[in-house]
Amino acid sequence: MNLHLINATIVNPTGQQTGDILIQEGKITQVGKHIAAPDAEVHDCHNALVFPGFIDMHVHLREPGEEEKETLSTGLSAAVHGGITAVCSMPNTKPAIDNEVFVKFLIDKAWEINKARLYPAGSITKGLKGEELSEMVSMLRVGAVAFSDDGFPVENMQVLRRALQYIQPFNKPLILHCEDKALASDGAMNESETSTVLGLPGIHAVSEEASIAQSIEVAKYFGRIHIAHVSTAGSVELIRFAKQRGIAVTAETAPHYFTLTESSVEGYNTSAKMNPPLRSEIDRRAIIEGLRDGTIDAIATDHAPHAVDDKHVEFNNAKFGIVGLETAVMLTMEILVHREGFSLEQIAKLWSAAPAHILGVSGGELKVGAIADLTVIDPSYTWTVEPNRFFSKSKNTPFTGFQGKGAAIMTIVNGQIKWEAKNGR
Amino acid sequence: MNTGNIQSQHLLGLKSLTREEIESILAQATVFKEVFNRSVKKLPTLNNKVFVSLFYENSTRTRASFDMAIRMLGAGSINFSVQTSSVNKGETLIDTVRNLESLGIDGIIVRHPMGGVPALIADHVKVPVINAGDGFNEHPTQALLDLFTMIEEKGYIEGKKVAIIGDILHSRVARSNIWALTKLGANVIVCGPPSLIPIGVENMGVTVTNKVEEAIEDADFVNVLRVQFERQKGNFFPSTREYYREYGITPQRLKRAKDDVIIMHPGPMNRGVEISTEVADGPYNVILEQVTNGVAVRMAVLYMLMSRKTTI
Repeated sequence: MNLHLINATIVNPTGQQTGDILIQEGKITQVGKHIAAPDAEVHDCHNALVFPGFIDMHVHLREPGEEEKETLSTGLSAAVHGGITAVCSMPNTKPAIDNEVFVKFLIDKAWEINKARLYPAGSITKGLKGEELSEMVSMLRVGAVAFSDDGFPVENMQVLRRALQYIQPFNKPLILHCEDKALASDGAMNESETSTVLGLPGIHAVSEEASIAQSIEVAKYFGRIHIAHVSTAGSVELIRFAKQRGIAVTAETAPHYFTLTESSVEGYNTSAKMNPPLRSEIDRRAIIEGLRDGTIDAIATDHAPHAVDDKHVEFNNAKFGIVGLETAVMLTMEILVHREGFSLEQIAKLWSAAPAHILGVSGGELKVGAIADLTVIDPSYTWTVEPNRFFSKSKNTPFTGFQGKGAAIMTIVNGQIKWEAKNGR
Repeated sequence: MNTGNIQSQHLLGLKSLTREEIESILAQATVFKEVFNRSVKKLPTLNNKVFVSLFYENSTRTRASFDMAIRMLGAGSINFSVQTSSVNKGETLIDTVRNLESLGIDGIIVRHPMGGVPALIADHVKVPVINAGDGFNEHPTQALLDLFTMIEEKGYIEGKKVAIIGDILHSRVARSNIWALTKLGANVIVCGPPSLIPIGVENMGVTVTNKVEEAIEDADFVNVLRVQFERQKGNFFPSTREYYREYGITPQRLKRAKDDVIIMHPGPMNRGVEISTEVADGPYNVILEQVTNGVAVRMAVLYMLMSRKTTI
């Protein structure tokens, strides 16, 4: 079925226009005013924003190994429910995605599920151990788009150097979880006055920043890095300076880092426990400014589903991570657009063009000939987060009861509507 | 004697108590301390009540002190420690406390190596929860007995200079003392090597120094914290020898304090590490008196929580 979106506000990274989009056989075939397409299914997008499909370049879908938390099916359904057309899955499953057989398994299964696109990341090192390189080239031959030991830092700089050198001809990013484990120690939240008052062991900002600084210096000589889940003001500064120096570094942050601060942990709230941890208001402001000036290239959710039992325990023992796929659009619209005055073009860049460019995948622009992955958003729809309505198998979110304006109302992948809001939403 | 009341159903910490609540507990403890001077030491106040002492961490004096307080109130106790429990069989904390509650116990006394655990338990049971020390967070009955001892020695706390010296970072005793002492108007100074001073502690209403002489200067009370030998392994300081040289409380250093300075220690002491034997056994130490007062204070806490009109 061909789709004809009419009266849409079409948002590209380079500008906006009002008009129609015609989608035929998975491709955008016309963009303009008053397109005539008698055989296409018409969708009136009056008052809605049509973006190039949002690409979430950092998610944990838990399959294989932890299917009680999430499966490819529930995770990719949650993605389209949240307005995300494609995800890049981190390889820290059980077992880790460290060879081409596992990469192929993910790609084939996602194809059958037929919801959001799946772009798997393979591991940098075998078993995420930080010791021996994984067969990265074999993995990219079957479809891995990036490499990461996410969940763990590549602590040995010689390993990082060799990985960068080895993968350099293929122009695939290494996505780095930057954390100095010795500095982070057994911390459970940001180290600050709040951790002092709560009597919880802290994770100091320097544990992230020292690791980023070190990785940047290796990248200066040997290749391209992408810094995952940036959370501190110091990290933003380091990345800004590295870019000024012409070093090939890109970065992402997550909606919770521009929305919440460590005060969400008060009351020993395990739903607000993630790694890196929520930081201070100064850090939150710096993250927003980093997004505004392009220091931080992309927004990604770091969607990290955990079962109730993983969170319903002592704060120190609770697992790190929160789900994010189904709250990302609202938080982006509410915080960045409505409160911080980000332009819609900036949002198209942060959520689509930048991740597409970093991962080297299709998308990022609505134009004739582009793949028909589209995120349609009602920017003024006000709603309240209720985790029991998530399609994700897990409900671990600090945003329960959070109210904001902005909702994905239609998600189109490969020219097919994968999710559409009913009853006016 | 009407000793007032406390609002909360639980004693999770002193952070959330008002000055009036703290004072009412101390007043009730005064009443109970008089019992010590009687020949018959038992009060039938909490007859038929049964408490469970749930200790996930080693303790000698706190546990014995609670047991003593429970007996003196005519109540009973069940001791429960990780070594003998189903915790080792994989049971969650929340399941453990719910099971204990179903046994029909009347209150839970808990010690745990992680901050916030008493609060977590309180969210899942209907009976009062008493924090006997949680991680680095709070040890409210220890601070209450410290305050009780201070008032017993000097009559009042308002305006007194209290130096807390040692490992502030990992100390729940320091935190509970800071919350309570600042509410009661003391002038609190904390001192230790900077590696053992937590970030932002100055915003809790205390002065911070790493000069032990400055901390002791004109002090009315010096509360010496235990310095755990294990911290040396974490490189918080290079050796207990150097710690003693720089921060140990010696007669020489104490000359700077008020002539009638009172020396306190929550125990167990490391002689020759944070405190010299001359000071530990010296004329103004109240360390053993603190132990006795601990029973009175814990009796007051148990009594007030149990006699509180609950909304259940």
